[in-house]
Amino acid sequence: MASAAIFPLEARGVSVSLGGHAALCDVDLAIDARRRVVVLGANGAGKSVLLRTLHGLIQPSAGSILWAGSTERPRAQAMVFQRPVMLRRSALANVRYALAVNGISGAELECRAREVLARVGLAKLADRQALVLSGGEQQRLALARAWALEPAVLFLDEPTASLDPAAAAEVERVILEIHEAGAAIVMTTHNLGQAKRIADQIVFLHAGRVREQTSAADFFAKTSSPEKSRFLEAELP
Amino acid sequence: MKHSVVFCVLVAVLLATFDAAAQAAKPSIVVASTTSTEQSGLFAQLLPAFTRASGIEVRVVAVGTGQALDLARRGDADVVLVHDLAAEEKFVADGFGVKRYPVMYNDFVLVGPKADPPGARGLGIIPALAKIEAAKAPFVSRGDKSGTHAAERRLWTEAGFAAPKGDWYRETGSGMGPTLNVASGMNAYTLSDRGTWLSFRNRGELVVLVEGDERLINPYGVMLVNPAKHPHVKAAAGQAFIDWLISPQGQAAIGAYTIDGEPLFVPNYRGE
Amino acid sequence: MGGWPQGLWGIVALSLEVSLAATFLACAIGLPLAGLIAVGDFSGRRTLIVVLNSLLGVPSVVVGLCVYLLLSRAGPLGPLGILFSASAIVIAQTLLCLPLVTALAREFLEESWGVLREQLTSLGVSRARAVPTLLWDTRFALLTVVLAGFGRAVSEVGAVMIVGGNIDGVTRVMTTAIALETSKGDLPLALWLGAILLSIVLALNAGAYGIREWSRRRNG
Repeated sequence: MASAAIFPLEARGVSVSLGGHAALCDVDLAIDARRRVVVLGANGAGKSVLLRTLHGLIQPSAGSILWAGSTERPRAQAMVFQRPVMLRRSALANVRYALAVNGISGAELECRAREVLARVGLAKLADRQALVLSGGEQQRLALARAWALEPAVLFLDEPTASLDPAAAAEVERVILEIHEAGAAIVMTTHNLGQAKRIADQIVFLHAGRVREQTSAADFFAKTSSPEKSRFLEAELP
Repeated sequence: MKHSVVFCVLVAVLLATFDAAAQAAKPSIVVASTTSTEQSGLFAQLLPAFTRASGIEVRVVAVGTGQALDLARRGDADVVLVHDLAAEEKFVADGFGVKRYPVMYNDFVLVGPKADPPGARGLGIIPALAKIEAAKAPFVSRGDKSGTHAAERRLWTEAGFAAPKGDWYRETGSGMGPTLNVASGMNAYTLSDRGTWLSFRNRGELVVLVEGDERLINPYGVMLVNPAKHPHVKAAAGQAFIDWLISPQGQAAIGAYTIDGEPLFVPNYRGE
Repeated sequence: MGGWPQGLWGIVALSLEVSLAATFLACAIGLPLAGLIAVGDFSGRRTLIVVLNSLLGVPSVVVGLCVYLLLSRAGPLGPLGILFSASAIVIAQTLLCLPLVTALAREFLEESWGVLREQLTSLGVSRARAVPTLLWDTRFALLTVVLAGFGRAVSEVGAVMIVGGNIDGVTRVMTTAIALETSKGDLPLALWLGAILLSIVLALNAGAYGIREWSRRRNG
């Protein structure tokens, strides 16, 4: 996973307007390799939009997203959504598909596909139809699929929001393993406890603007703004 | 399971292709003729005999006389066999046909409800039509430029009504069969060729009321589409068909065709 | 049963051959086309969709007439000599089937695209590359579209009559045979043919239903 060529991932003066409404305003952000960044904020603060813009799914209306200074979007990134989106085929076939469209083929494809499934604990369900798996299993499958691509950055949009605590714990374990394997993590969550467990850096968004970007330790220790206090009090751990 | 469906479809497509190729390989001609001739069942009897004798397959496109002649004018047929002398002579005069050969004749019959309120039964065709018009009894006409329609209009004109009009005179714009269906459904009068009438199964209360009048004779002519106008016309095969129709064998086969024991067509080629 | 040298089953076989061929062609063109429109983002897209949906309402005899004029000796494709042949019927039926298959498939594929778009884009799948993925993913809904197309093809009378000529043994299919027998007043025979036609369509739909049920049990 060559991180040298693509980090830092930067947002410079990024504004995004969706349906006439300003979702992000003048966002400046920098993410380095092997970071675990968690984006926090109230509903409507723009977290999902920020993630999608960084990932390249949404084009900024102003400003730009830069990868090591270049606007060229690298392929070595993946995203996992709140609700996993699977194709109507087996679990293994879903992972194979992701590898195939990224130019992997033959024995290497088979190998990588089965390996990631084993790592997320889905080896036994490889031939099961993906759409009949439970929510937690599908989310792990989505992680496996992303992992198979050996991404330098993994984006996750509230990955455990629809899961029960046991499944959520499993998913967190996998996320940390993917990080161990060398990927940067950029995640949004409503769960402060999860944020504390996973993040080494926090980005706090409020009404489409970045209010704070600090280390996790500093974020939870200090009280810098009324919005932040209100946010921290309102959110359940 | 999906694979077997795909396989079946591919087989069907392949078959259709081979079929088309096979059809194209046999020598064949397209004969434009009329629905009444086809529906009488004559072709089913006659054509296999010709194919046995010559090896040429005959493909009959059965439409109204007017449409058959239009088809031939466009060059979409090789031979045309219809029953409208005036139109046929014009066809040859305009250069679309080589020569008109008389082949056979049949006759028309006037059919109508058994009860026959205007009293047309047993009369000559002209007085019968006059009675029908006077009573404004429902009459169904083909109205489709066919030989039958042309004959019907000629008879009305002779009876003194060049363009019958009114609620009682209904034009279906369709073939003899559908027209008979409508007449049967409405209990109306109509002029039909004997062949279609004899094969028609849905008579309702209709019966033959007028027949045998010499004005009801319906002569057929066959013509080769002029290769000078349409070079692709299969002139040799087409002429072979015509020659067979006017030959003693062909004429005998025509005369031998019967429905319920009744002969339908009278062969009348007299060698010109 | 006067005038049937080819036999009843020959007529049934011919009907199936031409209709299956036409459905196959219409799907081979229409399904990918529907996919491209569904994922597409080009100017005039909405106009194209409106035109496509309007084509559904074209009277089939008009299509028959147009194909006839094309294939007639006097027309541009005359020299091919395929008027009044099974191939002409396949062409007419394909033209009738194509708008139906394309319009219906597009609706299903657009729905699928709505669900899969973000994820596929995230994986690096281009719009064009997404089309075969969508087609396969939406395969069960598309199966009903294919069946609707076949139904359209196999039930056509007017256009088939015009371009085929209803020639005994060559271009007589079930529907034109029914029309002929009805016009001859031989209703029992026409009804028998109609019953066979219905049974075929029913059997195909039952088969498709079975496939969907089997997949539902497997996939949920």
